[in-house]
This record gives sequence, structure tokens and C-alpha cells, in this order.
Amino acid sequence: MAALLELKSLFAGYENKTVLKDVNFSINEHDFVGVIGPNGGGKTTLLKVILGLIKPISGSLIFNEDLLKSKKIGYLPQMSAGDNTFPVTVTDVVLSGLMIRKSAVARITTEDRKKAASVIEELGIREIRRSTLNELSGGQLQRVFLGRAIIASPALLLLDEPDNFVDTSFEADFYEKLHDLNERMAILMVSHDIGTISSHVKSFACVNGRLHYHASPEITNEQLSAYNCPIQLVTHGRVPHTVLEKHD
Amino acid sequence: MDLSILQYDFVIKGFLGALFASITAGIAGTYIVSRRMVFLSGGITHASFGGIGIGYFAGINPVVGAAVFGILSALGVEYLSVRQKIREDSAIGIFWAFGMAVGIIFIYLTPGYTPNLMSYLFGSILTVTHNDLVALGTMSLILIVYFGIFYRTIIYISFDEAYARTYSRYVDLFKYITTSLIALTIVLNIRMAGVVLVISLLTIPPNIAMIFTKVYRKIVVWSIISGFIGTSIGYVISYFAGIPVGATIIFTLVLIWIIIKSLNMLIKLGVRRTT
Repeated sequence: MAALLELKSLFAGYENKTVLKDVNFSINEHDFVGVIGPNGGGKTTLLKVILGLIKPISGSLIFNEDLLKSKKIGYLPQMSAGDNTFPVTVTDVVLSGLMIRKSAVARITTEDRKKAASVIEELGIREIRRSTLNELSGGQLQRVFLGRAIIASPALLLLDEPDNFVDTSFEADFYEKLHDLNERMAILMVSHDIGTISSHVKSFACVNGRLHYHASPEITNEQLSAYNCPIQLVTHGRVPHTVLEKHD
Repeated sequence: MDLSILQYDFVIKGFLGALFASITAGIAGTYIVSRRMVFLSGGITHASFGGIGIGYFAGINPVVGAAVFGILSALGVEYLSVRQKIREDSAIGIFWAFGMAVGIIFIYLTPGYTPNLMSYLFGSILTVTHNDLVALGTMSLILIVYFGIFYRTIIYISFDEAYARTYSRYVDLFKYITTSLIALTIVLNIRMAGVVLVISLLTIPPNIAMIFTKVYRKIVVWSIISGFIGTSIGYVISYFAGIPVGATIIFTLVLIWIIIKSLNMLIKLGVRRTT
């Protein structure tokens, strides 16, 4: 399996504060990595570095040019970003995902519309394709933005806390969709909700300044504390879970 | 003969003025309403009065002064709120009143009579010159071409700026260019509706359009149509009733909005009853 991108002894952060320290990590084709860790531990910083929004302080970030042509990274931002009263239809939002590889004067072709229709079909949002965003539920919005993230067929998909999209009735189905997408693209998903994601991801990355990679979807509290990665456990009623004793 | 020239002037100025005002205000208005930039646009309008005052004082065309002030205040608000972390609405409030203050001071200092000052404040098609119409017509063309070519990019950036910023380095450039065009549009329309009223010329038509459609492209088209109807009716009424044209146009537009909105609410209520 080829690596899509590799982070080598990477340090990154903001003006006065280094958040990520000596991170060594690579994402391979077909990976499905759950990124967990405490708030302020660097989960978002990791995404920003990969997206190129902040430059590493030192160390290197190596993209596989064949698989990840400059901008072939899909991105589902956290909920609440964007203005949902803006007058655009679901189809327009999905189509806007193509702008990441089009020039500013680009037009939408018949080909593009076909592509959008197939993504919309795949995500099960055909009935709402002509709706505007303020008419949608949280779960529907999430699929629309997922559609925007995948329409350009990225080799890598980044998801920033998709479990924040309030609509639990869609949740099982959403992870099902991610599972299907994972056949075609690697996924890196930031989440607070280990309980839910452990049944979907293939491996974990615990980020708390440093990054510890855990090559299995099973992770215990002992391992988490060994990684110095205390996290806030969020579980929902229907998910079978075990709460372990507090260790010192 | 005199009468026919008057009528010719009345028809041509009225028709072209209403047409160009509706096109420019429809395109720019849809953008500012969709992006919630109405308050910023109000600020630009009033700040440009500073340029009008300086124009009178220095003996240059007040519209040129207004254009410079309008664009600079638009970019100034952007700069202060993004780079200097000053709250955007506060920055707008500062430019808004500062422009008015500069305008008032320079008009006071201008020796003698300041012709057509009232037309800048309240608008008047009768004082609209041939050059004003050419400028508005050119602006219509520029906006149609600009929004036509960059439609997808403008939607992409306006709808979710943070997302666009993730992938594109041109977000700020587009924002500055578009905001400058909006400022110019506002300034040119001041000749029609005046500093005090022009903001309504931009905000009412899109709000009429949004009763019928929620799709950006269609809002632009309906804004232009409803703007043209409202502006023409207001113009004719003002001419025959001998009342100020800017105010009559805005009054007509609001009346159209109220009537359509009420009908729309009644129809919805009726549909709900029968189902």
C-alpha cells in the first residue's frame, strides 16, 4: 500500500505556541484513521497542516504527487461553518466542490452535472436536490457538505467532528456511507466520540501535542493514558460500551 | 417644440435611467442581500457623501469624488475588520458618519451656491446627465460580464468563505474586486435615488424576488424585473404628481413588496386551510 502523505518530525502551531510536536505519521491508501485527543491537543491543527492552511514550523510534509495531485483532498468542515441562509440549492453546493480543481472562470459542464447527480444519488439526497439549505435537517446538511467534499473524487477525505451534526437518526447511515467511500479513498476523521467511531475506523491516531498511532480499532483507557491522550468519552444509549475504572 | 424635447428627455432619461438602475441595483443588490452586507452598503453610501462635498469644494465632478470615497471606505471597513480586528459594524459606523461629516464641512466651505446638492441627497432623474447615463450603462455592462464570467467562483466564495479559503488563494482578491464594484454601483445610483434612499433601491428588489425564488441566479433576474417595474411606475407618478422622484420610487417599491408579500401570505394561508 502506497502512502498518500507522510509527516516527518513535524512541528506546527501558531505564533506563540507550538501545538504539534515531533509528529511522525503517514496515511496510506484505504486507511480509515480516527483522530482523537483532548481539546487543544492539536487535532484541528493537524487537519490545517494537511490542508496547507498553516505551514509547519519545522519537519516535513510529503505528498504523494501521483495520488494526491496538489488539491485532491476532500474536506468536511465542522458544522456551523458557512451561512445556511445563502440562496443556493443543494445541487449548487455539491457542484461548488468541483471549484477546488477548476479555474476561477470555469463553467459547469454537462459532465459536472452528471457527476453531481451521481454523488447526490449515492448519498441519498435526491429528493432535496432543489431545496435550499435552510430547509434541511442537520443530517441532510451533513450529506450535502459530504457531497461537496467528495465530488472531485479526492484520494483523501478529511472529516472534522462529523458527529457534531446533531441528527442521530442519520448517524448509523452516515457511517455506512463512509464505509462505502473508504473503498475509493482514505479517510481521516477527527472525533470526540470513540465509542461510536471505534466500530467504523480501522486505526486510531491519538493527538496530544505528540501523535501516537494505534494500528487497531480497539483501544482501551489504559492505552489512551499510556499515549498521554486523555479524552472526553461521549457515548449514546444504543451503543454497547464499557466504562472502566479510573486509573492513576 | 419645447414640449416634445421635454417629453423626449423625459422618456429617454426615464427609460434608460430606470433600466440601468434596475440592472446594476439588481445584480449588486442580490449580492449584498445574500451576503448580509446591507449595513456595509449603507455605510459606503453615506461615506461617499464626503467625496461629494470635496467634489463641490475642489470644483471636480462630485460623482468622481463619491466614487473614490465609496471604494476607499468599502476597502477601509474590510481592512479594519479583518486586519485590525475592529468589529465590522463599528468600523462601518465610523466611516458612515465620518464621510457625512467631511461632506458637510466641505459643502459649507464651498463659496457661493452648490448646484443640485439636494439631488445628491434625495435623487432626481431630471438632473441626471448624459454622462451619468453612460456611466450607469457601462456599469451595467461591467457587472453583467463580471458576474457572468465569475458566477460559480463568486457563489463558491460567498456561500462559504472559510471553505473557499481552504483551497484558493484568490478569495481576498475576489472579495475586494466585488466590493469595489458594489461601491461604484451604489455611487452611480446615488444620482437616481440619493444618498439617503439609494440603499432601498438595492435591497427591496431582491426581497421581492426572494418571495418567488430561492435560487441566486433567479433572484438576480427577478430583482431586475421588479426593480424596473417599480422604478418606472415611481418615475411616472413623481413626474405627474410633481413629487420627488427618489422618494416616490422607493415608496412604490416598498408598496409592491408589501402587496406581493401579503398576497403570498394569504395564498399560503389558503393552501393550509384547504389541505
